[in-house]
Amino acid sequence: MSDFHCWAADRIAGAVGSGEVTAETVARHFLERIDRLDDKVGAFLQVDTQGAIEQARAVDRDIAAGKPPGPMSGVPVGIKDNICTRGLPTTCASRILEGFVSPYDAEVVKRLRDAGAVILGKLNLDEFAMGSSCENSGLGRTVNPWDPDRVPGGSSGGSAAAVAAGLATITLGSDTGGSIRQPAALCGVVGLKPTYGRVSRFGLIAFASSLDQIGPFAMDISGVALTLSVLAGEDPQDSTCIAASVPDYLGTLEGSLEGKKIGIPREYFEFEMHAGISQCVERAAQVYRDLGVEVVEVPMPHTKHAIATYYLVANAEASSNLARYDGVHYGHRNQEAKELVEMSCRSRSEGFGDEVQRRIMLGTFALSSGYYDAYYLRALKVRQLIRQDFDAAFEQVDALLCPTSPIPAFRMGEKVEDPMQMYLCDIMTAPASLAGVPAISVPCGFVEEEGRSLPVGLHLVSRPFEEETLLGIARAFEVRYEGSGRMPAEVL
Amino acid sequence: MEYEVVVGLEVHAQLATRTKMFCGCPVRFGERPNSLVCPICLGLPGVLPVVNESAYHMSLRTAVALGCELASFTKFDRKNYYYPDLPKNYQISQYDLPFAEGGSVPISTPGGEKSIRLVRVHMEEDAGKLVHTPLGSLVDLNRAGTPLMEIVSEPDLSSPEEARSYLEELKRMLEYLEVCDCNMEEGSLRCDANLSVRPVGQKELGVKTEIKNMNSFSGVEKALTYEAGRQIRTLVAGGVIEQATLLWHEDREETSVMRTKEHAHDYRYFPEPDLSPIVLDAKKVEQIRGELPELPRTRWQRFQADYDLSEYDAEVLIRDRALADYFEDLAGRVGQGKLAANWVTNQVSAVLNERKIPVAECPVSSDRLSELLLRVDSGDLSKGMAGKVFDSMLGSDASLDQLIEKLGGGQISDPDTLRPLVEEVFGEQAKIVEDIRGGKDKAKNALFGKVMGKTRGRGNPEVVRGLIEELLASGS
Repeated sequence: MSDFHCWAADRIAGAVGSGEVTAETVARHFLERIDRLDDKVGAFLQVDTQGAIEQARAVDRDIAAGKPPGPMSGVPVGIKDNICTRGLPTTCASRILEGFVSPYDAEVVKRLRDAGAVILGKLNLDEFAMGSSCENSGLGRTVNPWDPDRVPGGSSGGSAAAVAAGLATITLGSDTGGSIRQPAALCGVVGLKPTYGRVSRFGLIAFASSLDQIGPFAMDISGVALTLSVLAGEDPQDSTCIAASVPDYLGTLEGSLEGKKIGIPREYFEFEMHAGISQCVERAAQVYRDLGVEVVEVPMPHTKHAIATYYLVANAEASSNLARYDGVHYGHRNQEAKELVEMSCRSRSEGFGDEVQRRIMLGTFALSSGYYDAYYLRALKVRQLIRQDFDAAFEQVDALLCPTSPIPAFRMGEKVEDPMQMYLCDIMTAPASLAGVPAISVPCGFVEEEGRSLPVGLHLVSRPFEEETLLGIARAFEVRYEGSGRMPAEVL
Repeated sequence: MEYEVVVGLEVHAQLATRTKMFCGCPVRFGERPNSLVCPICLGLPGVLPVVNESAYHMSLRTAVALGCELASFTKFDRKNYYYPDLPKNYQISQYDLPFAEGGSVPISTPGGEKSIRLVRVHMEEDAGKLVHTPLGSLVDLNRAGTPLMEIVSEPDLSSPEEARSYLEELKRMLEYLEVCDCNMEEGSLRCDANLSVRPVGQKELGVKTEIKNMNSFSGVEKALTYEAGRQIRTLVAGGVIEQATLLWHEDREETSVMRTKEHAHDYRYFPEPDLSPIVLDAKKVEQIRGELPELPRTRWQRFQADYDLSEYDAEVLIRDRALADYFEDLAGRVGQGKLAANWVTNQVSAVLNERKIPVAECPVSSDRLSELLLRVDSGDLSKGMAGKVFDSMLGSDASLDQLIEKLGGGQISDPDTLRPLVEEVFGEQAKIVEDIRGGKDKAKNALFGKVMGKTRGRGNPEVVRGLIEELLASGS
């Protein structure tokens, strides 16, 4: 039996592109693993067995016909189910969109297909990407491959778990306040949130438009670098996607760190944190010092307001973005209602889960006449201050370093009843989202909890549109970390 | 107590772009329902808007022509409300930073020219339409996402008649600028009004009501007249005006309450995060300024001065830009402004009205008409004959000479051609000539009739009369 699930994305693309293995063989390997393991993991909401094989065969045909192979030829990918895929259901893990099939492909999906990637299926998430544990999914239950009693994190829990369990080489997630980085940390994989405006959002079902950004998951840095090269770049369909040149992220990974400076944001370490996690992060900082990188403390004085700011901005936008799910045009519709308002109210009450309803109400309130200035407008102003914290820090240092999550994967059900505890999962990641800067979570160690090894993520943040620097700095750690590439024993 | 009326208008003009405000769907009226739609204007999950460059350009062009102050920085906002014809349940509009503020529209009133100040102009997208059937309500989203420009006036209008003049002037401007079709029946120009009344001399404004659903200029005038009357009667009877939004019913010629102040919407406006703000390009504005056409009011004044036309004639001519162009071309060729104006406002307009066709489809081009008018001007054709020739031009492409020939020829004004005929009649009618010489002046008419008979009516009457006098005097 082959071990394609342990191969890096560029290795698969190289082997398929040269005809050494067929894309179909690789696809079947992953489909077989999904078939065997996903009952336990629950990463996928939808597996497109037939479609994946057809795509793989098309890739193989093109290569056999001598066409130049795409950069992701035959790489099996999974797509978070809030990213539109033509012909496959796109549900946001919400009953309100259950069975909805988008008539178009998201721009990122189109770019993946054009690059030769093979789409295996759609991955679970917290409903409409609202949550930090994947427990808010209305359509499926995903567990952490390192401990099936624990959550994979969220909202891109399915995307992180699929990579951790070797069910896909690359997955796409979306990050609004930490939804790529936190599950990546909890599942022990690499997750990248690019700069806001680096990757087209066209076809990403909006949660909070000024924060949402699509990014890749992989077992290693090279996987996210390769994928980012494919995804990044201007898209005329997205006015917020910037026309900045796209470097070859994979080709520039192994650069020297000479002269680089890393900052440790003091205020991030003032929050309550698992002791094992701060040790892991300290060891990571030491790795950089050993490489000759200067590691200094930097002030980020507005950090403590980030969570409040984030939840005001994100929920306000969400309340408007989710208004379209009213039972009139598509999606779930209550059949018993006698008139329009009742029909929309009942459809929405039945279709949306508790957390989504809670956020719609919070966001509606924050935008309401008489409260706008005190909440939404104030939040926009604080957001600006948080941006300035980052601007000031990046005048001194090239990257910031902290834990991705202050705690390791928690037990299923542990925080479901306490939304405030759940919201604090974003404490390390939300500031970078508010500032729109790129950030990555890289595995950096394990902590022991109840006899289980649980992964820890290192959070690195850099200047806008300097993913190259970010990936290079992350890569330097990855090659020196003995736990890189480690997979949970149950799924090997 | 005497009351005065205070009116402000909000005009929605559909921009005459090829495609919609935020997607590439064509903008067309009267197509099969839901045939001009895509994921973006349907508001499907995951889509994003992109601003139509040409809609922005047309909006700027309008604002420059209206004399607005252009914002150096403008942005879009979301206006949140639930309605089944609004697929996203929010409308992309502009709230606190519209692209243009101020400006004015000049109108004529019985008391002279008056300038109606504008509050603002902003861009937004249109909603779809609901079609109510016995089986239920249906949604047609062909119109959803059509670019609109909202032009909001200050409450500077003092009567329903002024409101109508303002609308007519604004409509003409938009047509001259080629930014809107201004077809109220098809909804490409729509108008809501805010109206209040107050005792003459009072400074503070009264409580206003907003009137919607007026579908024609005369409808606006009627609705405002009705509402002003209602408000004044209410106040005179000791009642109070309640702030409310009213619907005008054209058929019953009355309003009904749509919603009161307590049920006013909270639109929860906030900046549209899917669109970047627009920074004004000064060069673009200069280019637009340079390309502005002559505006209708300027043209109206110029026509009066250059062609010596009455206010009324000038007004009739400039009402339609194409008609004014036709007139100017004609007047230039004929060299006689008044003659050209008479023909355009009478014969030409009559044909266009009867056939309900635009100027561009007029069967007689200004070039062809000018040939005819030159003959009238030179006296070669009588007015009556010219009218007949014009009528035959409508159905025939034959040359002017052929048409005149067919109708029995043109007017004969040449004395050398006419003199032998007059001499002939003098020879034949010696008795009459004698009577005249004997003092029977009235008999000249009989002589004149005989000469005209010989020309089959084509003789130039004045020339003929002149020749008769000449021969009588010569005594031959």
